[in-house]
Amino acid sequence: MSIFYILLLFMIIAAIVAVETDNLLSSVICVGAIGFGGSLMFLFLRAPDIAITQIVVEVFGLIILIRATISRDRTFISGDREFFGMVVSVVIIFVIFLAGMTVFETLPDFGTPIFAQAPEAASQTYISDGMQKTGAANLVAAVILDFRAYDTLGEATVLFTSIIGATVILRKKSKKLLEDPDE
Amino acid sequence: MKGMTIIVKTISSWVKVLIFLFGIYIILFGHLTPGGGFAGGVILASSYVLLMLAFGREFAEENLSLPVASKLDCVGALLFAAVALCGLLYGAGSFFWNFIHQKYLVGTDYEFNLLSAGTIPLSNIAIGLKVAASLFLVVFALSMFRPEISGNKED
Repeated sequence: MSIFYILLLFMIIAAIVAVETDNLLSSVICVGAIGFGGSLMFLFLRAPDIAITQIVVEVFGLIILIRATISRDRTFISGDREFFGMVVSVVIIFVIFLAGMTVFETLPDFGTPIFAQAPEAASQTYISDGMQKTGAANLVAAVILDFRAYDTLGEATVLFTSIIGATVILRKKSKKLLEDPDE
Repeated sequence: MKGMTIIVKTISSWVKVLIFLFGIYIILFGHLTPGGGFAGGVILASSYVLLMLAFGREFAEENLSLPVASKLDCVGALLFAAVALCGLLYGAGSFFWNFIHQKYLVGTDYEFNLLSAGTIPLSNIAIGLKVAASLFLVVFALSMFRPEISGNKED
């Protein structure tokens, strides 16, 4: 269990550096380091699917995306913090922390999920019959692409719609202007 | 964005092939090992974004132009919907029914093979294609958008 505390310390240090540094790129890399620590935690918790997705999305979505889209003349953050905004955010985070502490007290112990106590639960059926019903050795793939494929269809639809919106809003010229440059 | 130094260009021209192959492996073996369509698609897109970072935006656009990328996106979405509809048409009349496994492969000892699990590898390929094309389009659109802002400010 001590590896989790080491990773947690690493993530807290990376978070403090990400907030305090002035260079935008190093701040983004520190946020990526937090995600890297999170993916290592998932790996040690024996959830390699989540670990792969986490590291790929954190590294790609943060470091490469921001490095590819950032303009070169705006890599430094200037200006002071507002005192009032800082106080408000600290208070909000403290309230969320207190609410989280009360929630964590009601959670079951690690390794004994609450679904395991109900013998008729759907997750128990996935574990016992998933291999036979879908033929997939990776039960996570069996769940997200066979038992819960509607969820994946919705996720794909969300991605598709957001790409349409991004390419429509961010394009340089409308299609009409590209076809008829005179007008 | 004209690209980086020759060291970065040389190394990334070797590494991009390995990243691309690793993405294909993650997608194709998604039903056997950890990974799947989403993670593999992001890896495929990141190989193209690496190309874009090292060689500049124009080089990446020559390799995978925007109309081709948006067509790949649509092909992935249609393939995933087609897999779902095939379960409705050929099977017991339910959406996303795993018709290949339930009709032909159930009871056989095809488990742990690459050609197993019925429609799951097909869905993985569709989602991987879709995620790769969409993320490439997102990065491309954002990187095209950025110089325009600074250009407007200079005016």
